[in-house]
Amino acid sequence: MDEQALRELGETLQAIFAEHVLAAAVDRGELMVTVAPASLIRVLSFLRDDVNFQFRQLMDVCGVDYPEREKRFDVVYNLLSLTHNRRIRVKVMTDEHEPVPSVTGVFNSANWWERETWDMYGIMFADHPDLRRMLCDYGFEGHPLRKDFPLTGYVEVRYDNERKRVVYEPVKLEQEFRNFDFLSPWEGIQASLPGDEKAGS
Amino acid sequence: MAETQIKNLTINFGPQHPSAHGVLRLVLEMDGEVIERADPHVGLLHRGTEKLIEYKNYVQAVPYFDRLDYVAPQNQEHAFALAVEKLLGITPPLRGQYIRVLYAEIGRVLNHLFTVCAYAMDIGAMTPMLWGFEERERLMEFCERVCGARLHMNYFRPGGVSQDLPAGLADDIAAWADEFPRCIDDLEALLTENRIFKQRSVDIGAISAEDAFDWGFSGPCLRASGVPWDLRKAQPYDVYDRMDFDVPVGKHGDCYDRYLVRMVELRESLKIIKQCLNEMPAGPVKVDDRKVAPPKRGEMKGSMEALIHHFKLFTEGYHVPAGETYTVVEAPKGEFGVYLVSDGSNRPYRCKIRPPGFAHLQAMDFLTRGHMLADVVAVLGSLDIVFGEIDR
Repeated sequence: MDEQALRELGETLQAIFAEHVLAAAVDRGELMVTVAPASLIRVLSFLRDDVNFQFRQLMDVCGVDYPEREKRFDVVYNLLSLTHNRRIRVKVMTDEHEPVPSVTGVFNSANWWERETWDMYGIMFADHPDLRRMLCDYGFEGHPLRKDFPLTGYVEVRYDNERKRVVYEPVKLEQEFRNFDFLSPWEGIQASLPGDEKAGS
Repeated sequence: MAETQIKNLTINFGPQHPSAHGVLRLVLEMDGEVIERADPHVGLLHRGTEKLIEYKNYVQAVPYFDRLDYVAPQNQEHAFALAVEKLLGITPPLRGQYIRVLYAEIGRVLNHLFTVCAYAMDIGAMTPMLWGFEERERLMEFCERVCGARLHMNYFRPGGVSQDLPAGLADDIAAWADEFPRCIDDLEALLTENRIFKQRSVDIGAISAEDAFDWGFSGPCLRASGVPWDLRKAQPYDVYDRMDFDVPVGKHGDCYDRYLVRMVELRESLKIIKQCLNEMPAGPVKVDDRKVAPPKRGEMKGSMEALIHHFKLFTEGYHVPAGETYTVVEAPKGEFGVYLVSDGSNRPYRCKIRPPGFAHLQAMDFLTRGHMLADVVAVLGSLDIVFGEIDR
């Protein structure tokens, strides 16, 4: 897709919404805008209805967790415009306590996606009609996709033949989950190598 | 005389109902035979795929995609491979792309055969299931011959495919492609003009294009509502831009149109398969970059460097530059998206899977409201639901 056109689209959006759109960038041919939570509904309604945008389909809503950040969660909305054959990604930052306005009023399809995001990350959506868990068990505790949730979880389930029902017990592992660190120190994520600091002196 | 108050009846459909296509628990609020509200409870097959992928390196993540929509596994792998390639900034060689398109279309045939036949069985026709599965078996043999696995192929890798087609396979696929239209004709003869089939599906679960947009529909379900939208045409990936095929659209968006669209798509897929076989060039099937694609086995026996590359690839894996992408493919069920966030390490930081069925199942309440109980089965079957991908 045409990067220039996308960039212009991002600029238009920034011009129209001024301070409501915090950032707009094009990366690898994909347009991404960051929006303040308070103006999310306004921006999404505009994106849906305006002739130049017509992002009529909300394809996906999901969360991303960055525990080291002050506002640790990103909520990501992927929109698609069939008319213009374009995609846009709208992002909102939030934390555990601050609710994000639900966009179920703008797109019906947001309902389940937001429920899933709540289930997986514990991100709250204000005014959601039916914010129940989506994929996890009834009565599940915790939000499994958070980075601080252990991969093996806290409970395990089995059918107890004596009590004739399913019982929950703390998870018991014959062997701890082994998290191998294969990162080679010389080509990992660090930009500088150990010892680099000495080079200048 | 005082009016008698009739209480609505709530019934549980599934999770062990054979027509629930796996493990759907559907709570139905009924007014007599008429559905007032449908509340699907999903997640009974939740395996935490997205969480697991965060703990695996990129190559290890591929098999998880087979296990999402297990009816057409290769199409999911395709999305992931494309997403990783986008972040890595590599393009697989032409032959690799052709093979991927060829197998993606085989996956589409696998899926549509399954859907159409299972749907027919849901609403009372037994024979298509038996006939369709015979063909599916032959297709799965092609999958087995190319990668060793009938279902969970683990064949599409970032950078191409894991290995080339073995000798003779292309001819056998071509021979099958010549014969297969007969099977489609047979199925159509059984179903398309079948009176019972039409009574059960025409005007059932109809959705307009407007509503389909609103509910995030994609793939055959959207096309059945009359929207000519196909990602293979609109946003072509791999060599789809070289393929000549038509996009069928329906008119009414009901169960019958969804069935018809799938039947035409079977024939269109066949066209693409034939083109792939005819035009496929010779050459490598994966990128010639030893940091991404492993060396040949034979090479490893003699070359120290190849051995090191192999060892590094299958322990540490490769590092993917930081960034994020939402990459989609036209999976047989609709838009299958992978939202991949990389932090520059050898593991995905976040890998969100966007299953098409999730959005379709969400519209269950909208589609079945006011219909009869028996129509639930028809709507469910026509939406093409597989719980592997919905529950992830």
